[in-house]
Amino acid sequence: MSILVDKNTKVICQGFTGKQGTFHSEQAIAYGTRMVGGVTPGKGGSSHLGLPVFNTVRDAVARTGADASVIYVPAAFCKDAIIEAAEAGIALIVCITEGVPIRDMLEARIVVREAGARLIGPNCPGIITPGACKIGIMPGSIHLPGKAGIVSRSGTLTYEAVQQTTNLGLGQSTCVGIGGDPIPGMSFIDCLELFQADPQTEAILMVGEIGGSAEEEAAAYIAAHVSKPVVAYIAGVTAPPGRRMGHAGAIISGGRGTAAEKFAALEAAGVVTVRSPAEMGSALLATFSASRRR
Amino acid sequence: MNLHEYQAKRLLADYGVAVPEHRVVDSPDTVHAAIAELGGQRWVIKAQVHAGGRGKAGGVRIVSEPVEAMKVAIAMLGSRLVTGQTDRRGQPINHVLIERPSDIVRELYVGVVIDRSRQRLVVMASTEGGVEIEKVAHDAPDKILQAVVHPLVGLQPYQCRELGFALGLHPEQLSHFTRILSGMTRLFVEKDLSLLEVNPLAVAKDGGLVCLDAKANVDDNALYRQPALAALRDPSQEDERETRARKWDLNYIALDGNIGCMVNGAGLAMATMDLIKLHGGNPANFLDVGGSTTRERVAEAFKIILADANVRGVLVNIFGGIVRCDMIAEGIIGAVAEVGIGVPVVVRLAGNHAERGREILDHSGLRITAASGLAEAAGAIVAAVTGAA
Repeated sequence: MSILVDKNTKVICQGFTGKQGTFHSEQAIAYGTRMVGGVTPGKGGSSHLGLPVFNTVRDAVARTGADASVIYVPAAFCKDAIIEAAEAGIALIVCITEGVPIRDMLEARIVVREAGARLIGPNCPGIITPGACKIGIMPGSIHLPGKAGIVSRSGTLTYEAVQQTTNLGLGQSTCVGIGGDPIPGMSFIDCLELFQADPQTEAILMVGEIGGSAEEEAAAYIAAHVSKPVVAYIAGVTAPPGRRMGHAGAIISGGRGTAAEKFAALEAAGVVTVRSPAEMGSALLATFSASRRR
Repeated sequence: MNLHEYQAKRLLADYGVAVPEHRVVDSPDTVHAAIAELGGQRWVIKAQVHAGGRGKAGGVRIVSEPVEAMKVAIAMLGSRLVTGQTDRRGQPINHVLIERPSDIVRELYVGVVIDRSRQRLVVMASTEGGVEIEKVAHDAPDKILQAVVHPLVGLQPYQCRELGFALGLHPEQLSHFTRILSGMTRLFVEKDLSLLEVNPLAVAKDGGLVCLDAKANVDDNALYRQPALAALRDPSQEDERETRARKWDLNYIALDGNIGCMVNGAGLAMATMDLIKLHGGNPANFLDVGGSTTRERVAEAFKIILADANVRGVLVNIFGGIVRCDMIAEGIIGAVAEVGIGVPVVVRLAGNHAERGREILDHSGLRITAASGLAEAAGAIVAAVTGAA
């Protein structure tokens, strides 16, 4: 088991024949992801990477039965691409692109919700179930099928967490990069709910960062609904207030959204927190030894 | 992107929000004409800088003598304003706003923000105008009233009435108040803002509602479709190194420590800063070199980091995902050789071909220490910098 994606997930790519779409689709196919085609308006009927190209997502869904779509189109076109996927019946939409305007996301989120679809991102590395399905830009090689569920607002910091859990032999059930934007699709809570219900996931690693209150909301959810061990790290203890730290969502505004507040909320919810990003994996491993002792 | 007060007020005026009669001056020659044109007996002279706390710092003056008004405005132009929110050097004053004062009875707060939890725009209002809303939120959260805006229908008049009555406005002021809030919300949406505040919104003696101070931020991601707003960017208010970094698609933020950082990915960059602090050091900057870590970009990143005279060492932390670490190592060696770096450099490579990358660094003949672990790398740079000091 895993969450959201497995070896049966049929994936299409929007922006398939572009540079990013081509490169990362090749990587996904090589990893064993069940890619079934792609969409590039105007190139329908042709073939790319040995897969059919469609003009519209609706065509792609009708002909391939795709359940998931990964979006690599430029930021200005992401709102359209997300809505097209949602209205074509795609259940899981993964938007990798960085730089989508906030207003576009406020609007696209409503349509995604109405369609009953799930959106991961934008501005994220994507989602991977090791050994089964890789949707996004993460390096497949550092992953190992296993028992840690990882959910993160970051990209390379997620890879760091993944590598630590791989080196310690824990492996991962599924890793979800929910992205660094202020208006993301799936939240920590959405992922926590799925990890809690997933039998393969034995412990959860949450990687947060400054800005907003998603970690505080997750803390409240964990206290009420999550019985599996949770380890959390929050990046940005040294970040100055009022400055956007790379990610559009990573900003301490009006004294709110600090790492200290988030650590405190998570600790109050019984989450094991680490102050050093070098200790994410070892803290997770320790929760396993602790639960064995019990 | 931040806007100046006078720029925000122009946008507000375009959307039907009353602002005081004013002139904006950017050179001493234009001050006299501006004051003469405005007329009256009193003038409010306001330094235009991207920083709050101007009033306490002497950046806002009320003057009742024309010669004195000229003197104040001319003295401001070309000087720097140091407030509680700026660094020690302060921000340069290149524009001064001269306004007719208003007769104020009450000061209110109104603002439009993006509520990240609700994923909606929210209009906020408070009777506690003229003070920082964050302070009100902290001390008396019940004094902040909110109306959630539905994206399909926009802010409804009833919501404005609810807020207006709660603020104690007179019934005859409500249509004006509704026009202001509707205008602000439309401005926010149509111009892709990420923050809009009118603080204070003054209730004048004649019952009118006037915007005395305004703050607006534009969503950087939307600047491509807001060329008129993009043209309002004032590079003089930004750190030169940050502006230079932006040209290279590098994300750089200056801090006050002495260990320069170069990292790929924003989250990992913050984590690296935190780790340096945890090991007893102090980061000199945030720098995300992004996905394509080419020699040219790494060289430029080194130059920007080393332009900070406080920097005593540099920690490079790259997690090679798709990109190969041996290629990155070559890029770093080329950049270090090109820039001629005199401070210790610790490079931590992880991921794709990391071992080969470290070998290349070890045999470079340059002052580069290769590290594999995160903690090891942070420890090494902190030791090198403390040892050197």
